[in-house]
Order: sequence, then C-alpha cells, then structure tokens
Amino acid sequence: MTTTPELESAAVRLSTAPEPVGPLRSRQLRAPVRRLWRQLTSMRTALLLLFLLALGAVPGGFLPQRSLNPVRVTAYLAKHRTLGPLLDRLSLFDVFAAPWFAAVYLLLFVSLVGCLFPRIRLHARALRKPPPKAPGNLSRLPASARWATSLEPDAALQRIKLGSWRTRRRDNALSAEKGYLRETGNLLFHVSLVVLLIGIAVGQFFGFKGTVLVKEGDGFSNAIASFDDIHPGRRFRESSLVPLHLSLDDFRATYGLDGKARTFDARVHYAPTPDAPEAPYDIRVNHPLHVRGAKVYLIGHGYTVHVIVREKDGHIAKDASEGIPCLPQDPRFLSLCTIKVADTHGPQLGFEGVFTPTTAQDPVTHRVTSLHPAAQNPALTIVGYSGDLGVDAGIPASVYSLDKTRLTPLDGGKPTLLTPGATWKLPGGGSITFVRTTEWATFQLTQDPGKGIALAAAIGIVAGLCLSLFVRRRRLWVRATPGADGLTVVEVGGLARTDPDAFAAEFDELVAKLQLAVPPSQE
Amino acid sequence: MAHLSDSLLFVAVIVYACAMLAFAADAASRRANRVLSMPSSPSVLVGAGGPAVTASFDAPMAERRPGFAGTAALGLTSLGWLTHLTSVVTRGIAAGRVPWGNMYEFSSAAAFVAVTGFLVLVARGKVDRSLGAFVMLPVVLYLGLAGTVLYTKAGPLVPALNSYWIKIHVAAAVTATGAFLLSGVIALLYLLRARFDARTDVGQSVRFPISLGRSLPAARSLDRAAYVVIAFAFPVWTFAIIAGAIWAEAAWGRYWGWDPKETWSFITWVLYAGYLHARATAGWKGRKAAWVAVAAAVALIIDYYVVNIFVVGLHSYA
Repeated sequence: MTTTPELESAAVRLSTAPEPVGPLRSRQLRAPVRRLWRQLTSMRTALLLLFLLALGAVPGGFLPQRSLNPVRVTAYLAKHRTLGPLLDRLSLFDVFAAPWFAAVYLLLFVSLVGCLFPRIRLHARALRKPPPKAPGNLSRLPASARWATSLEPDAALQRIKLGSWRTRRRDNALSAEKGYLRETGNLLFHVSLVVLLIGIAVGQFFGFKGTVLVKEGDGFSNAIASFDDIHPGRRFRESSLVPLHLSLDDFRATYGLDGKARTFDARVHYAPTPDAPEAPYDIRVNHPLHVRGAKVYLIGHGYTVHVIVREKDGHIAKDASEGIPCLPQDPRFLSLCTIKVADTHGPQLGFEGVFTPTTAQDPVTHRVTSLHPAAQNPALTIVGYSGDLGVDAGIPASVYSLDKTRLTPLDGGKPTLLTPGATWKLPGGGSITFVRTTEWATFQLTQDPGKGIALAAAIGIVAGLCLSLFVRRRRLWVRATPGADGLTVVEVGGLARTDPDAFAAEFDELVAKLQLAVPPSQE
Repeated sequence: MAHLSDSLLFVAVIVYACAMLAFAADAASRRANRVLSMPSSPSVLVGAGGPAVTASFDAPMAERRPGFAGTAALGLTSLGWLTHLTSVVTRGIAAGRVPWGNMYEFSSAAAFVAVTGFLVLVARGKVDRSLGAFVMLPVVLYLGLAGTVLYTKAGPLVPALNSYWIKIHVAAAVTATGAFLLSGVIALLYLLRARFDARTDVGQSVRFPISLGRSLPAARSLDRAAYVVIAFAFPVWTFAIIAGAIWAEAAWGRYWGWDPKETWSFITWVLYAGYLHARATAGWKGRKAAWVAVAAAVALIIDYYVVNIFVVGLHSYA
C-alpha cells in the first residue's frame, strides 16, 4: 500500500490510536511532567509494561507460593539454603502480593486510563461527526473503481443508497463510513479491564474466607470464632458475616476400584439462625451452598473414630458420642488420630496412632497401611499413654498432638490394633473400645462482594474484544462529475485500516450494488 | 469403541504423514514451474459484460490451479481430518463424556483444531497451500507424542472435573490452544521466510534451514495468516479463562487464586495481548511481533504440558 499525504488525511481518525510521541515543542520541554505523562501513556510504554507483567508472573508460575502452599515454600527454603533466602528477599514466593508486581500492574493501569480518556473523547466526537470529505483523487485509494453513466451527476448520487453506512453528501461527492462499533468495542474492552481490577480490589478489601471442620451429626454457626482458619479482607467487619447455621447429617464418598474418588456428597441442613426452620441441601464438589452473599464449599473430608474409654473403677471417661477426627496423610486415607481423655478419676489417658480404612498389616514388621480410601476393613492402631496431658495448664495446645513430657507409655509403647467392636484391656486396669467410624467434612465459607463487578467486567471484556477484532472500520467515497463526452464519471474509492483482503471482496460487492443503482452507460 | 478410536488416530497420523509428503512433492513441482511462468498482472476487471470498468487493490496471492501432488495433498489432509474427527468422536462415545478429559484427549483435540484451522485458511485463500508440509510435520510429531507418551485409557473423570463447565471451559481452551499452536508454527515460518528474504535481497547465499524459506508463502501472507488465527483465538482464550474462573468459583470457592495453571494462562494471555498491540505499534511490526507470538505459544505449551506434568497445583490431574 503506497502511503501518500492525501491518503493519510483520508484515513485521519479512522483509528483513534494515540499518535507516536513526536518531536517536543518548547512549551512541552518546560513541562517535564506532561512529557513524562505522554511517555507513560504511549503505546510503546504500555507494551513494555505488558511484557514486564508477563515476565514478572513467571516466577509465580514456577516457584511455590506462600498464598497457595506455605508448606512447599518452607520445604524449598530448607532445600536451597543460599538461593532460597535471596529469592525470598525479592518476594518471589509471594509474587502476586509483591510491591514490584503491584508497581508494574498499577503503572500499566495508569497508562491505560491515561490513554483511554482521550480516546473516549475522540470516539465520542467521531460518533457525532459526519464522515470526512472525499480526498481529491479517489483512484489513489487502496480500493477504487470508475465508470461512466448517462445519469446526471446529481441524479446519480441521489440514487445511491448505502443502507447501514453513515453517509454525508457534500457537493458532488458522498462520504460514507461504517464499523464505528470496532472502536466502541475496543474502548469497552479496556474500560472493562479497569472495572475488573476494581472488582478484584473490592473482593480483597471487603471479602471473607474461612474454613471449618464439621463432624457428621455436628453443626457450626457462622461466626469468626467457629472457624479453624480465617482470611478476612482488610476492611472486613464481623457484622458483615451472613448469619448461617449449618449441620452435617451425612457425608459420603465413593471410589473406583483403583482408589480414585468418584463422588463426594455432604448432606446438610441449614438455616439463617439456630432457631429458624432448616432446609436440606447437598453440598458437592462443583455444587456449593448459596446463602445470600455467602457460599459454602466442600473442600475436604476424613474419618472420625468413636471410642469408649473406661477407667479401672468402671467410670466412663470418654463415651462414643463424641467422635475424634483423624487427619488423612495419604490418598488412601491412612489418618493420624489423637485421643485425649482428660476427664478422669485416676491419671489422664492419651492415645496416639493411625486409622486405616482398608487395613493391611505387614506380617513381619507389623506395619499397617491402607489399601483403599473406603472403609472396607477399618482398624485403629494406637499407642496408649497415662499421666498428665498438660491440657489444664491454660496453655493453648493443638487437639491433634500429644504433649508427652509428663506421660508414660502403656505396655512399653507397643501399638495395639483394634477393629470395630474390639476392646483393649489397658495394663493397670481400664479399657478402650473402638466402637465405630463416621466421617467429617471441611467446608469453606466465602463472601466476595466484588464478584458481581468482576463478572460484569468479564462479560464486557469478551464482548468488547469480539467487537474490536471482528468489526472492520471502513470508509467509502463516491464522486460524480460531468465527463468530457456528456456522460457522468462515477468514481468510487474505499479504505479500510484492517483486513484489506476482506475489504477488497466487500468493495467488489459494493461496486456491483452501486452499478445496479447507477448503471454504466452502454456506449 | 475405545480401541476403534485409538486405531483411527493411528490411521489419521499415517494419512497426515502421507499428506505432508504430497505437500513436499507439490512444493518441489511448483518451484520447478515458477521458473517458467511470469507473475500475473495485479489489475483485474470488474463488472463482466459491462464497459471497461477497472478496479485495483493490493493484489491477493495469485492462486494457481493445484497439480496432481497439490490435489492429493489437500485430499489426504481432508481424509486425515475426517479420520481424526471420527477418532475424537468415538473416544467421547467410549468414555461416555466429552472427549477432552485428560492430556492425551486434549492434545488430540487441539491438533484437530489446528488442522481445521489450516484447512480453513487454505479454503478462504488466506494462505497458500505451500504451507502444508510445514504445518503437517509438527501435527504428525505432536499427535505421535500424544498417542505414545500421554496415552491414557478411556475412563471416567475425577469429581473436580465432573461439571458441565468441562464442556465449556475445556472446549474453549482446546479450540484456542489448537489455533494458538497453529499460529505459533506460522509465526516461526514467517520468521524463516523473513530471514530468507533479508538474505536473498542483499544477494547473500542461503543455506539450510533458511533455504526452506524459498518454498514458503510470501512473508506478508504468513504475517497476515498468523494474525488472523490469533485474532480468532484470543477472544476464545479470554473466554476460556473467564469460564475457568467461573468454574473455579463454583469448585474451589474463588474465581482466581494464582494457581500455576492460572498464572501461566495469564502469562499466555498477556503475551498475546502484547502481540496484538505490537502489531499495531511502529517499531514492533513484523519480526518483533512474530517473536512475541512465538514466545506466547511457548508460554501456552508451558501452561498445558509443563504445569500439568512438573508443577504441583490444583490442575494436577489427568
């Protein structure tokens, strides 16, 4: 395509892309801020910032991230003693919360907004303005055609109807333009990106995330204190928690023969308050419970063991109603169990061991393993302790571990395997009976008030993108002038900034259509 | 049925390989012909039967009628395409679900999209069929790897994948991936052709592999073809990410969490956005933009293969 000054003027503002930063005028030299601003909002800077953003995200895609898996970060740091701390100092384990990452995307968005405002203004003006004047020589446009007609110039132009094109007649020429939606879409896409960032920020500031473990038959009320783990947003207030009471009636998991999970199903009852009427619901993976602004997800599960502990004097120190959740350690659900019996007449008792849903025991080493995650052949293998559990000292202690400093092992610390219904007569009197197993589930409750904004922005992004990539902006001019031999010369010229091949085909069709309205003379 | 699908894929790969050889033979015979014929005039007549009406544009590629090798190449590609399609469909029937539930199926479906894209480009006259051999070679290699290294027996899905979103999110991801991989190949070929042109313009002699550029379509046409494919795939990819975010919100309780897969799909998205901007920015057009397209395709490969196989994350299944 040869570019002539004339063509350039015809194409003026066919695109509202910012013009390249030209030589600086003296007034601008006196305004370095303005100069900096123009540099920042130039396409070249935006492009560099885009590449920096992609590059900056790379370590987040390869290195373990604290926000996702703090355990793996600790393991990485332990393994790489020199490199690890260095990477850590560069926030490479918290890339997406790092100041330098924020700097890149904030600069990018500042550049975007700075670029967007003038373009919106220009486009708004272009939408109101008629198509530009025809250039002097239409045959120099990338697509052009000419023919002679016996119609008068004025009559010829009056017979031209261009349907959906925006047209304007000036003297002996017609200007037409089409495809304004391209720029509208482009602007919609970029505005939506800004809106998306706002939606994310709203979620970050006012959102809430908490996880809680619920045993079958138990329930929980939505209050900060009920959660095992919480991640509130910086501006989140407890009063914004959606009132909710939820109880887990039944949890079921099904597995294939290979031990891979097929379905997870948590049957619950829920109500806005403990006294309100309850409604049943099935929480499954991909099927959370919605309660106004909150969603409750099923994120994990495991086994609960129920035991009865009797003391020498027949006192039941622990009954089967209160289950003990065991924490799964492998995909076949070999789980760690810790049983604390504090409410005793004699010395306190503690038990520690593993629960195996489908138990296999090595005949030589007596090591137990689990062959399958389903409870087909459950067993509890425990070591007993007696003495002082240290739970009365007022020091917070995990329910999942035993402080053995003031405990003595029973039976020399020999593990004992119990199947459901079996009883271990403890040395020194008393007994522990493994009654049955039930299951527990972990739920995550999230409130994200920015979600709706983000979704609306996402729709705007896709819609804007499609318009800006698939709509073509093009201009057409028709000029009718009296020719030498009494005939009228019709000249047509067309211009499209994008996809010239497709426009060439469209131009052919347009010319054919124009020739139906303004037939070429038969001489 | 699963066995039938596997056999059909094997047949498709063989047919594609034959198509590749036919394309190569076609390119060789056309190179021999080119010496004999002169290029046609860029001016064409418009309005047949009427008086002299002339119209001119930048001439689209002068498409010559394909000879025997060319016809055979396009025919074999179409036959391979049909066989491939049948393989994908029977796999879906065998597994009783969408045929993109694991890496093997995803790769096969993505290659299918890439071949579809190539055939559409040729049919629409966006690119010359001389591209054929260079496109079929990576397709054959890719399908060969998918059918051996990544092969998985047809089976049901893990619970996290059991959602109607797998139809939407993964279908979009497969479509975009196939198209992006195709655009990556075209961008690489553009770079090859551009280097060939730069060398021959100054009269330098060219050696293999730059000399392959002689058999390629014109640089301008390759650049346009890569752009057309990316312009199609980018909104699809954007939609795939958004559908994935909506699914993640339903399955994991957040729509975005910088999981490695999410991070790499973000990097891929940003690089393709960069490509679209680069192509419209002075100083970035042409070769630099093509390099961005290649980098973006590499990020896409990392996003799917490296993340799935080597990086621990929520997408670590299949």
